[in-house]
Formats: sequence, structure tokens, C-alpha cells
Amino acid sequence: MITKEDLATPVKPTWCPGCGDFGIWLAVKQALMQLDAKHEDVVIVYGIGCSGHMCNFVRGYGFEGLHGRPIPVAEGIKLANKKLKVIVVTGDGDTYGEGMNHFISGIRGNHDVTLIVHDNRVYGLTTGQASPTAEKGYKSKSTPTGQIEVPVNPIALAVAQDGSFVARGFSADPQQLIKLIVAGVQHKGFSVIDVLQNCATFNKVNTVTWFKEHTYKLEDEGHDPRDKVAAFTRAIDETRLATGIFYQDEREPYDQDVPGERGVPLVDHDLSEADITRTMNEFL
Amino acid sequence: MSLFLAVNKISFRIGGPAGFGIMNTGLMFSKACSRIGLHVFDYVEYPSLIRGGHNTYQVRAEDTPVRSQVETVDVLIALDEPTLTIHADELKEDSLIVYDDATIHPEHTVLKRGIRCPVPLKALVAEVGGPEIMQNTVALAAVLGILDYDFSVFETLVQDSFEGKKGGIVDQNIQVARKGYDYAREHYGHHSHYQLKAVKAPKRMVLTGNEAIALGAVQAGLKFYAAYPMTPASTILHTLAAWQERHNIVVKHAEDEISVVNMGIGAGYAGVRSMVATSGGGFALMNEGVSLAAITESPIVIVEVMRGGPATGLPTWTEQSDLRFVMGAGHGDFPRFILAPGDVEEAFWMAAEALNIAETYQSPVIIVSDKYLAESHRTAEPFDLSKVRIERGKLLRQAPKNYLRYADSPDGVSPRTIPGVPDGFFLANSDEHDDWGYSNEESGIRNRMMQKRMRKEAAYAKTMPQPALVGATDADVTIVGWGSTKGPILDAMDWLAKDGCKVNFLQITHISPFPAETVKKLLAGTKRTLMVENNYTAQMAGVIREKTGIELKEKLLKYDGRPFYPEEIYGRVKTMIGKGGAQ
Ligand SMILES: Cc1ncc(C[n+]2csc(CCOP(=O)(O)OP(=O)(O)O)c2C)c(N)n1
Ligand code: SF4
Repeated sequence: MITKEDLATPVKPTWCPGCGDFGIWLAVKQALMQLDAKHEDVVIVYGIGCSGHMCNFVRGYGFEGLHGRPIPVAEGIKLANKKLKVIVVTGDGDTYGEGMNHFISGIRGNHDVTLIVHDNRVYGLTTGQASPTAEKGYKSKSTPTGQIEVPVNPIALAVAQDGSFVARGFSADPQQLIKLIVAGVQHKGFSVIDVLQNCATFNKVNTVTWFKEHTYKLEDEGHDPRDKVAAFTRAIDETRLATGIFYQDEREPYDQDVPGERGVPLVDHDLSEADITRTMNEFL
Repeated sequence: MSLFLAVNKISFRIGGPAGFGIMNTGLMFSKACSRIGLHVFDYVEYPSLIRGGHNTYQVRAEDTPVRSQVETVDVLIALDEPTLTIHADELKEDSLIVYDDATIHPEHTVLKRGIRCPVPLKALVAEVGGPEIMQNTVALAAVLGILDYDFSVFETLVQDSFEGKKGGIVDQNIQVARKGYDYAREHYGHHSHYQLKAVKAPKRMVLTGNEAIALGAVQAGLKFYAAYPMTPASTILHTLAAWQERHNIVVKHAEDEISVVNMGIGAGYAGVRSMVATSGGGFALMNEGVSLAAITESPIVIVEVMRGGPATGLPTWTEQSDLRFVMGAGHGDFPRFILAPGDVEEAFWMAAEALNIAETYQSPVIIVSDKYLAESHRTAEPFDLSKVRIERGKLLRQAPKNYLRYADSPDGVSPRTIPGVPDGFFLANSDEHDDWGYSNEESGIRNRMMQKRMRKEAAYAKTMPQPALVGATDADVTIVGWGSTKGPILDAMDWLAKDGCKVNFLQITHISPFPAETVKKLLAGTKRTLMVENNYTAQMAGVIREKTGIELKEKLLKYDGRPFYPEEIYGRVKTMIGKGGAQ
């Protein structure tokens, strides 16, 4: 079991007071403590953004990658050592902007990775430009006359792309988020957890109050996470934002049966066993 | 007609439209020559399309080492009329031309020279009821018939090549081969001025640079390979993908090259030997990843197989124009390790070497190759596998007390744990960081980390292999080159030596860190130099000048996508020596 002390680092969080990242941080740590996992068997891969700064506040095996690219790093880690539980902590700019291709491909491949996206509808770290989830008309430094594009709908995309675990949480509801993260990590496959999060400094529209007014819980309305059509219908309703598990199924994860792995994590293969003699003979 | 007899010295070409099995037929000829003990080099030209266009496959085989193709053609198989026109100038009076006169009419072409040996390819295939593609086998067998090649050796080759295919296919192929062989002997047996005869020789492989890299990497413990298809790197992907189960490796065709390099870094960080490959355009996408591997000190090998640029450029043609790009790849300052193999042996050994450097110095390592090396086959004796070393550097399977991943060390390399090791925790951080890995932008720590990382390059430089001059001592001309130009340079040097010319060769295989002192010393002792490069701007000459202060004034450059022919190098050196009056 992982304890609170195990996760503590000497670095003090650098987020703005009132930032939703605190709630997500708390939930990530609580979820790790609730998982039945050895500390050394968990790796968290972070993106670049305020969200990714969490890498300094959670002790353990971590990898802070490039902006937009934590997902393929996580997939590489998982393919190298499938014993590990691999989690990605990142932002909406990171995932749905810079790294959208990896988001879709990760879902397609159903790599056994849990993706936690801080969805604050802005680029926090670069001082508040509109992110891909910003609403049409949203004004920011990069969109002074209002965002022209419609927002990305990560939940609908994930459901449409055969996501095997698609959920949404809210930074101001850590109890629900802990459950979602635990369920996501336990799920065998690519778990998408989009987390609504307020940016206290730059997003004056989508505040905690705003999110509270615009969200409801799927379980309160008797949603069945096996029902893909219902999941999609709820996902595309952008006036009422649902939280909870939209959809889950048992589609085989990528690393279930990778040829060449022989059921043993790659990292445990004995390299001295490599022998190309027979293969070389085929070139004769 | 036959004025001379050329035994075991042949330049063969097959040409025709893309999609007609020309690549397979060419390779069969290469293997046929290798099986009777000859040295073989082959070279393919094809446009970037699947059907139509003109494909050619050129094979040179001799009983002494050959490492490049030559300009003239002794035997030509033409599978369409354009082949006769396109290659008319390469033919000599006594060159043999095999084609099907039912479909090809030399009088419609500009064909001037050569001995016409029409063979009813289509009709012979029809006699056994085989598919049209078997015309290739008939044509090849016909050529072997004229060249007095031992049919039973070819029969075995066909059997080996179609191993695993249904018995019927093998038998049919052998049947049509026999027909083509007999037909040619009956009608053209008297044109026996070119012959292929078995010689005593060790068994040799016929393989490409890409295959050699794949073999070397696997033998050196490669476990993870990711790629996105891009000519001319794709055959590494195909080769390794086919070997996944047999060699216990995981191969991932990822969504793009950015993903490829990041996956490779993730796998390297997690403790497996990881490699990726691409060509210039894909490498451009990987650039940020090169930097990431450097600052997180994650091992990864990146193979950059160059083709003609810029942009999509010449997708299926060769060029060495990414040297400066590769040397400058990735933003920021960090140690750079770059290897440039010049032939299949070096490709094999450097793949293993690169994996060792990557883990020993916990760094990205780049192997720079090109289409000419990547896709040309050459004969090579099986590699001595007992000499392959796996050096994993300071890899810890147990963490010491108070472990600090990025602790300072004299050689810049800090002991490394991997996820799964109890108490070996650390953060691999793309932000500048402290000894644990936590983000840190303090001036003192920045300087220490920067110096620690850069010391790795200096540490490696002390142990790295140094270049040497090969060829004549006291040479009148020193040829300088790198990468795949090695083959045509060495072949030209063989001819020059026969003419009594004193020439030697400086090949730069380890490009970064640059062996400046050695190169400076070697060049200081030369009389005249000739820089040979497959690019417009003489990029290596520029690097040499930057690193040694020596300017190599005379250059032989080529950037039309074609490799050098030894004739071009031979001719240039001859003129230099003539002018210099050294002969
Ligand atoms: C390739 C690249 N482009 C741009 C940046 C600059 N950058 C850093 S963080 C960021 C956006 C962060 O937004 P998001 O992912 O939403 O995270 P947040 O800060 O809101 O948590 C950008 C654009 C970068 N680091 N790398
Ligand atoms: S800028 Fe916004 S997202 Fe970033 S720490 Fe401050 S409140 Fe949080």
C-alpha cells in the first residue's frame, strides 16, 4: 500500500490559490493510496502545463515529457513493462490541442494507460489563451474578439472512437474523482478521465460556481455505462455536463497479447538469449 | 563475335514497369551469383509509385570484392520497350539482351548496340500454365543458361526462396526455369563470352544495410522498435516486424514519428533497449524528442536513413544532405552521439555499438545512413556473433540508500534505476531539474546539470574509435568520405591501384563527437585531397573545416539522387593525378 508519506515531496505546490489543480492533486494521491499497488510499480507521466507541474508534488516514478506528448511516452513504458500501472496527468491544451493524434490513437490502441486531463478550457501556464475546449465566443489573449471554432468534445470523441473507459470528473468533487481514477487504473485498457477544472486566474467564465451550475452526475440519472448510444447522447449535450462513467467495456487492451513479448514483460527478458544465427542463415 | 571471355565478372540489369516483380528477380540473380561463391553488390532504382514507372535492378558480381554498381551493362533483361531505350547507352557491342519478342520490338526503340537474344517468355510460361509474373523466372533462367550457370544450383535457390509456399508454386517455377534455361542454351549457347562458374569461397549472406542494422540491433538485445513508414527506412520496420515472435521483440507502427520517438524514449526509460528509424521528414518531427531524451538522460537509438530532400524531395533516391541537420537535431546544448556506417558490416556493428552507447551514456544516439546503403544488397560473411557485446552501463536493479538519479559524477553518467526498482524513485524531467529530478531553475544547479551532461561527450570521446587512412601509404591523392560512398570509393581505389596510382581513403564513421585531432593529423600528412559527398553543399567538408580548420578544396559532389559510380571517382582522381603530374 502506498502511504501519504510515500507521496510527499519537498516541493511546495506552485499553483494559484483557488486553482482546481489542488483538488485533482488530492484525488490522484488518494487514489494511489487506495490502489492495491506497490509504489515502485506505478509510473506517472506528465504533460507540460500548470497541470504537469504536479510532477514535482507527487513522489514516485515520474516522467515529465514534452508538451502534447505524454501519451506515447506512457504507451512506450507500458509496452516495455506491462507490470507497471501507468497514469498520464496532463492538460486540455496538451491533450486535445498539441497531442490530439495521440489521444485518438491511444483510445484506438486501448493501451492500458489511465489518462487524467485537467480541462480548464484555457492554457494556464502560457497565461490563459483559449484551449481547444474553450467555448465558441470565449475571449482570451489569443482570441480577443472571441473564439471562432467550436470546442473539442473529448467525451464524444472518445466514445465514438471505441473508448473502453470514458469518464468525466470535476476538480471540486474529489470524492467522485478518486473513485473515477481508481476505476480507471483498474480498468484494463485506455481510460479517459476528462476533469473539469477551474483556472482561478485566467478563466473568469468557467468558475467553480459555473461548473456546479452546469453539471450533473450520471449515476443520479440512472445512466448505464454499457449503453454506448446513451453515453454518446449525453456526451454531445453541452448544455448539461455530465460527470461519472459515460461508457465502459471489456475490449482487449493493446498489451494483452503483444507478439514477441511471450507473456513476460520485455524488461525481464534476458538479453544474452538473443541469437540471430538462424536468421542470418536465411540470408545465405 | 565473342572477342574475349569474361568469367565471373558481370554487370547485370533487369528493367521494366513497377509491379512486375523486378525486385524479386534481381535479388534472385544476386543470390544465384553469391551461391557460386562470387562477391555481389546490387542497386535498385524505382520511382515513388506502385504501378507503372520504370524500375531497375542492377547486380554486379565478380570473384574479387565488389561494393558498388558500374555504369556499363553486360546482360540486360528488358520487360518492356522503354527499358531498351533508357539503358541503350549502358550497353556495349557484346552485351546480351534478353526480352520477349512477342511483346517487345527493339526496332521501336533507340537500341544501337548489344546482342539480341529474344526468348518467348510468355509462351513458355503458358506451356506450364503459370501466372504471368513467372516470366521473370523464365528470363532469369534464360540468362543463366547463356552464362553457362549450373542449373542445379539455381533449382536449389528457387526451392529455398519459395520455402513455405505451396509445393505447386515451387515445381512450376522450376519447370518454367528449365524451359527458359534450355531454350536459351539451344539458341544462344554460342554467345558464351560471359560465364558464371562456381569458385571456392566461404558461404556469404546477401543483405542490405537496413537488414544489417536490424540484425545487429536484435543480436545486441533490442526489445522495442517503433516506426512510422517512410522510405527508405521502412524495410527496417518490415524486417523487425516479421521477426517479432522469433526474436522476442515488440514492434509498434505508431501514429506518427512524434509518437514513435516518444514511445521509444518511454521504453528506454523503462529499461528496455529501444530503437526507432525514419528518413529526413520523419526525423524533423522527432527533433523535440531528441532533446527530451537528452535532458531526461533516456537511452534511445534513432536511425535516420537519408533520401533526397528538401521536403518530400526524392523519396526513393539517395542523398547525404541531412548531415548538418542530424548534427544539429534537437534544440539546446547536449551531448551528441552520431555514427555513420558505410557498408553492411559497419551497419551491423554500429547498430550494436549505438545501443551500447545509448545505455552507457544514457543518451540519444543517431545512426545516419542513406537509401543507397539501406536498400542495396551486398555479400558479407556471417557476422561473428561471439564478438557482439551488450554493455548496459550504470543500470541499477537495486537502489542504494538515499538514491539520487541525477547525482553528479566524474564522467557525467549517474547510476540509473528503472520503474519497478524499490526505492529507486526519480523524476525524468524535461524541465531542468535537481539531482532527484524535481524542476529547478537555479543558476548553480543549471550549470552543474549542464556540465554533468556535457561531460558524457568528453568521456566517450576518450574511448571512441578513431579514423585511419586505408590504401596506399604516401598517397598522391587522399579521398575523404563518409557513409555509403565508401563502396564506390573502395572500388575506384582498386582500379586506381591496378593502374599504379597511389591513393588512400579517410572515412569518417564516428561523426559526433568529431575526432578532430586524428582527422587533423591525418589530413596534415596528405598531398592532395578529394572530398566525395552525395550532396550539394559538401556538408562534411564544412564540418571538417569547422572542427579542424582544414579546408578540403577539391570536391566531387552529386545530388541527383543517384549514388556515385566508381567510374566517376576513378575518372576524377585520374585527372587530378594527371594534372598534378604525380604519375
Ligand atoms: C511544443 C511546445 N509548444 C508550446 C509550449 C508552450 N506551452 C507550455 S504549457 C502550454 C499550454 C498548457 O495548457 P494546458 O495543456 O491546457 O495545461 P494547463 O497549463 O492549463 O494546465 C503551452 C502552449 C511548449 N512547452 N511546447
Ligand atoms: S494559471 Fe490557472 S491553471 Fe494555472 S495554476 Fe493558476 S489557476 Fe491553476
